[in-house]
Order: sequence, then C-alpha cells, then structure tokens
Amino acid sequence: MKRGFAPVHGVALALGLVFLYAPIVLLAVYSFNESRLATLWGGWSLRWYRGLPENRALIEAAWTSLRIGIAAATLATAVGTLTGIALDRLGRFAGRWALGGLVALPLVLPEAILGLALLLTFIALGIERGQGTVILAHAVLAVGYVALVVQARLALIDPRLEEAARDLGCPPLKTLAVGPVPLLWPAIMAGWLLALVLSLDDLVLASFASGPGSTTLPMRIFSQARLGVTPEINAIATLLIGVVAATVLLASVLIKGTAGRR
Amino acid sequence: MSERGARAWILTPVWLWLGTLVALPFGIVAKLSISEQALARPPYRPLLAWEEGGAVWQGTLGNYLMLATDPLYLRALASSVALAAGSTAIALLVGLGLAQAAIRAPLRWRALALAAIVLPFWTPSLIRIYAWIGILKPEGYLNAALRALGAIEQPLAIHGSWAAVTIGLVYTYLPFAVLPIYAALERQDPALAEAAADLGCPPWRAFWIVTVPAAWPGLAVGGLLMFCPAVGEFVVPELLGGPGTPMMGRVVWLEFFNNRDWPLASAAAMALVAILAAPFLIHQRLGARR
Repeated sequence: MKRGFAPVHGVALALGLVFLYAPIVLLAVYSFNESRLATLWGGWSLRWYRGLPENRALIEAAWTSLRIGIAAATLATAVGTLTGIALDRLGRFAGRWALGGLVALPLVLPEAILGLALLLTFIALGIERGQGTVILAHAVLAVGYVALVVQARLALIDPRLEEAARDLGCPPLKTLAVGPVPLLWPAIMAGWLLALVLSLDDLVLASFASGPGSTTLPMRIFSQARLGVTPEINAIATLLIGVVAATVLLASVLIKGTAGRR
Repeated sequence: MSERGARAWILTPVWLWLGTLVALPFGIVAKLSISEQALARPPYRPLLAWEEGGAVWQGTLGNYLMLATDPLYLRALASSVALAAGSTAIALLVGLGLAQAAIRAPLRWRALALAAIVLPFWTPSLIRIYAWIGILKPEGYLNAALRALGAIEQPLAIHGSWAAVTIGLVYTYLPFAVLPIYAALERQDPALAEAAADLGCPPWRAFWIVTVPAAWPGLAVGGLLMFCPAVGEFVVPELLGGPGTPMMGRVVWLEFFNNRDWPLASAAAMALVAILAAPFLIHQRLGARR
C-alpha cells in the first residue's frame, strides 16, 4: 500500500462527520415534529415555528442579542484593529510584551472567570448593569480575536508600502490609512463577523454582565433548556443554526471575493 | 504630526482599553480572593481598615484554605482537571484520525473535508450542547435506538454522568484539536510515509513512527487550546452533567450567584488560573528545548 486515501481514512472521516452532524440534524428534524414529546415522531408539522412569533419574551431576547452583537462587534473591531496595528507595525515600544499578554488573556481564560472579573469591575466602578455592560464584556473577548486576525493579515502586507509613503512626505497616521489599511479590509470584515458570532454565541459573559432589560437569546434559551428538551427550543435553535450558517457562507464568499480581486 | 504623536494616537486607546477591562478586572479578582466575606453591601470587608492608630490589614488566606481543605471543592478541582484532561486526550486522538484522513483525501476534497469538520463550530455552542440532552437522556434518541435494536432493556443513565460531560467537551472543542494537528501534518514531507511503506513498514507502525512525531507540535498546541476552556467550562457540566461531575467553572458561578460569596468565587477563579498556568509553562519549557 502506498500513501493515499485508504478505506480506513474514508471510514474515519465518515464516522467523524456523523459524530459532528448527527446531533444538529436530529435537532433540526425533530423541530418539525408534530408531537410535543421530544423523542416520539408524530409526523411533520410547522406548528412550533408558527408559535414562535407569539413568544414575546423570545423575540425580544433575539432583538436584544442582535443589538448587543452589532454594537459589541463594532466596538471590538475598532479597538482590535488598533491593537493589531500596534502589535505588528509599531516595532519595539515600552510594555509591548505586557500588551501582547493582556490581549491574549481573555482568549485563554475560561469565560466564568472573565465574566466574574468584569462584573466585579463594573460594580467597583459603579457602572450600572444593562445592555451596555454586556456589550463591553463581549467586546473584551472579541478584541483578542480581531487583533489576531488583523495582525496575521498585516504580517503579510509589505511594510515597504508605508516606507514609500513616508519617503514621499506622508504624515505617519495617514501613512497607515493609505498604506496597509485598505488592504486590511477583508481581515477587518472577517474580524467583525467573528466578533458578532462570538457575541451571539455567548451565555456566560452575558449572564454575569447583564442587568435588567438585557436578557439575551442564549440566556433565554439556557433558562428553558435547563428544564429539558422542548420542541419550541428545537425550532428556535434550528432557525438560529440556519441564520448562522448562512452568515458564515456569505462571509466566506465575501472574503474570498475581496481577496481575489486584489 | 510626528511619529511619536501617531504612536500615541494608536497606543493610548489600546492601553486604556486593556488597562481598565483586562488588567484591572484581574487585579480586582486577585484582591477579592484574599478578602473576607461579610454580610454587607458589597458583601466583603476591605483589605485595609482605618482605625485609631492607623491602617489595619484585614486580608486573609482563608478562602484558599477553604478551597484546599473542603472535600466539596477538592472534588470539584480534581474532577475539573480529570474531565478536561480526559476529554482533551480523546479529542486529540479523534483529531489526529480526522486530520490524517482529511490530509490523505484527494486534493480537491481536502479543503471541503476540513470545512465540513470546522463548520459545526460556527453554530452556537449552547445549542450544540443542548442537542446532546435529547440524545443522551433516559428517554432520548440513543436509548430509544438501542432499545429498538434489542441491545438494552433498561435505559442507560448516560445523561448526568462523566461520560456525558466528556462527550459534551469533546464535541464542543474538537476543532481546537483538529486544526493545529492538520496544520502540523500539512508541513510533513509525504516522502517519509512513502519511504516507510517502501521499506515494508506496516501502516500502523508507520503511523507511530512517521505521522505522530510530525503531528507533535499540533498535538501540543491543540491540547493547550482545548484544555484551557474545557477545565473552566460551565455550560457542559450544567446541561449534561450531574452531582457526580462538579467542575470549577460551576463552582465560581454558584458561589457568586447562589451563595453570594464573592471572595470564595474569586479564590476559586484564581485557583483555576493557577491550574491553567501549569500547561502553559510546560509548553513553553518544551518549546524552549526544541
């Protein structure tokens, strides 16, 4: 046998994909189940989807999540892009090592610790808890990811571009704006989307940082899921998976498109 | 504007952000972990009290002592590490198999195979974990299927067990294991595997002496990337675990929200950080030696 795709590889891949997709497929299929009992098949039906618009708490939580997600992603993209530039383009500066560590810290800390730490900080600083604090908490997590994506992309952009601009008398900030930043757009967009997905996905940080009027969709789903499996959650979960899958596909097409054209 | 001015424009907001929202929170948790709980608002005593004759130190190591001696917390610590280490080991094995299979696939299928492995990672993790409740619970799909096949008579009590938590952790973090291994294997020289085969080395042996060493850097990074979030996981033990599977992430949550013991929750968080530091230091040592 030479190197190649042996049957054992096909079997491994197939088993792996079944493990990864079976739970999601089962969830989606049973969201169309007529029966209220989770495991008994009672025929196809859209009844759980029809009931969703009347579930005011769920709809409200979905809008809250979307608002928080967009705000957190935008904030994180702004700070994260600056951080990425600082890490890749400013050379040596005092505290660069500490800066890199602080950027990476939220990425490796378990969410429960980050959530607790942020909540205690909001209390210590006297910041009223609500949607604003959830936005901040999500942005803290996402800044690390955005900075990583931006930094990785910047490393591929030739610094001679800025040198040329500088030699032609371009001031420093403008040098960045006309040099690498236009080439960074795919990375910035990818970072924004990543931050949005992180925010929409998060339960733990939101639970710590939230206050009145900032119950997110994952928090709502979680409080129901604790009590067991219901067809209503299956339906909203399936919708959510569909939306996320569509967004990711769209994003990858967009990013490929921009990357290809340049 | 000068070069220095441009630097300031970039670095000032970044330092301000990281200082108030990363460094300060960490400091506050560290400070609270050595404070004493009190029935007050906020529910702890300040580290320094001003009394006649000057400042009095009120800090205490009592919270850490409690964590180190109370069997409840010791069990949570031990089972967090055991569950995270066990599921990381399983995920690395599964990841090695998947990455190896994906890399051997014909070139035009390779990217698709990798995308198919990573795609579920983009769906909300809460929903993916929730999906396993329906499969594992006593009246769930797995037990129904096994019963229909005649394999069991009594439903298996998987939901709530360590097995359920392990499945949940592996399922949640598998891409963290697959991607670094795939990246490491991609750099491997295919001629090595061919040479092994030409020299009559059986495939399983070639796997051990060629593939595993090539995947080693990926295994180390993947293990680190998965162990860290897994050891402090909250959602998986909350939704899939039971009384037999306490984990530190839940201890932090419960002490804070249910018992309102902020200092103890902070000490538990610091203990988790200490656990996380160990694999990082080991990784750095190994990296330095290579």
